[in-house]
Amino acid sequence: MFDFLEGYNVLEAFWTTVQLTVLSAVGSLIWGTLLAGMRVSPVPLMRGFGTAYVNIVRNIPLTVIIVFTSLGLADIFGVTLGSRDFDVQGFRLAVLGLIAYTAAFVCEAIRSGINTVPLGQAEAARAIGLSFSQTLRLIILPQAFRSVIGPLANVLIALTKNTTVAAAIGVAEAALLMKEMIENEAQVLLIAAVFAFGFVVLTLPTGLFFGWLSKRLAVKR
Amino acid sequence: MTEVSVAKEDVAATGELVVLKNVNKHFGALHVLQDIDLTIARGEVVVVIGPSGSGKSTLCRTINRLETIDSGTIAIDGKPVPAEGKALAKLRADVGMVFQSFNLFAHKTVLENVMLGQIKVRKTDKKQAEEKARSLLDRVGVGSQADKYPAQLSGGQQQRVAIARALAMDPKVMLFDEPTSALDPEMINEVLEVMQQLARDGMTMIVVTHEMGFARSAANRVVFMADGRIVEEAVPDQFFSNPRSDRAKDFLSKILHH
Repeated sequence: MFDFLEGYNVLEAFWTTVQLTVLSAVGSLIWGTLLAGMRVSPVPLMRGFGTAYVNIVRNIPLTVIIVFTSLGLADIFGVTLGSRDFDVQGFRLAVLGLIAYTAAFVCEAIRSGINTVPLGQAEAARAIGLSFSQTLRLIILPQAFRSVIGPLANVLIALTKNTTVAAAIGVAEAALLMKEMIENEAQVLLIAAVFAFGFVVLTLPTGLFFGWLSKRLAVKR
Repeated sequence: MTEVSVAKEDVAATGELVVLKNVNKHFGALHVLQDIDLTIARGEVVVVIGPSGSGKSTLCRTINRLETIDSGTIAIDGKPVPAEGKALAKLRADVGMVFQSFNLFAHKTVLENVMLGQIKVRKTDKKQAEEKARSLLDRVGVGSQADKYPAQLSGGQQQRVAIARALAMDPKVMLFDEPTSALDPEMINEVLEVMQQLARDGMTMIVVTHEMGFARSAANRVVFMADGRIVEEAVPDQFFSNPRSDRAKDFLSKILHH
């Protein structure tokens, strides 16, 4: 029944999906946290930049961003990201695009977490002489993160599925292989089912793990 | 009376530590601090009392600039309070603050709460910071709770940890913003006892409180505020037995008869 899978390396395609997801997740977590820091910063210029970034980037379709990284950044501006190899370059550009896009959502999740931390925590931190960045790093963000593990898991699951957009610039991940198989094989429904199942296998444990983590790390008040 | 006046001469000799001159602040249309002049000498314990909304908490919070002021000057140890940045953080490290709602860092243990400022602000090494934290926790009577999280402690214990956290910075002056107002009645005394001990040890303290017993026994001076103004300043005995202003008489008649 599954002999249509022969000649296709489904696992390798999903491995690329996993790599896209993990690298983009780490990158967007870092960039998103920095953006959240900017959005609550006392410096108007940084606040303005953070707000503008989030509102512009999260309202552009991911496809447009990913296609721009290839046609715009690479072809027009000559950004190579350290590789002339088309596949490697495409992969890196896709990660860059995914980070830029996902960070906007990470930022907003973290910012809502920052809002759950009582004002008194920041006042107490400032009162013992901690600077703004120390207060943010040592007191506010650690508590904010713990309260938004659930929403961050949502962002991560969305990111996992969003990696399929990288197919638009030819990154050999799961969705690109699915498209190729649908073109060449007859069992369209089965092929779709196999890939759907693959994504559920990736995202379902993510959701469960983060749910558990969120309960475990909750800050008691 | 003689005892009190002797104490006042003592502190006068050691100089002025906190000086507020002509301080004004508005919250929108509300003129919450009006021409406040207040000088606190080194080693002095000043209790600020007054009806709610009189601006006493705001006054306390302006001293380490948790609230900004619209005009006037505030100086601590001869230096004006900086507006922002590193200089302000440095000043705040020298001014201990205890809040009504404790505000212990919820994600850190009691011990870590008391160590954090020493390590990150004073750059004390970890071992020394822990030693000092443990001895301060013992001093306020919560040494056995060092490894618990704030939420596992009673309100009175949390507030005593908060005092230890402030003391860990070796502050020049301690601000108490209604430190017992959020406590269950049976826990108020354990906090007041710690504060009384501090006062006896010579700490300069500015205490906003409704605890008249503490004002009587520990204060060098009572400052009575109403409607954003300092209405009356006197030694406790004089203030409680023979208030001069009508506002103070009215206030005391409402709180002291039971």
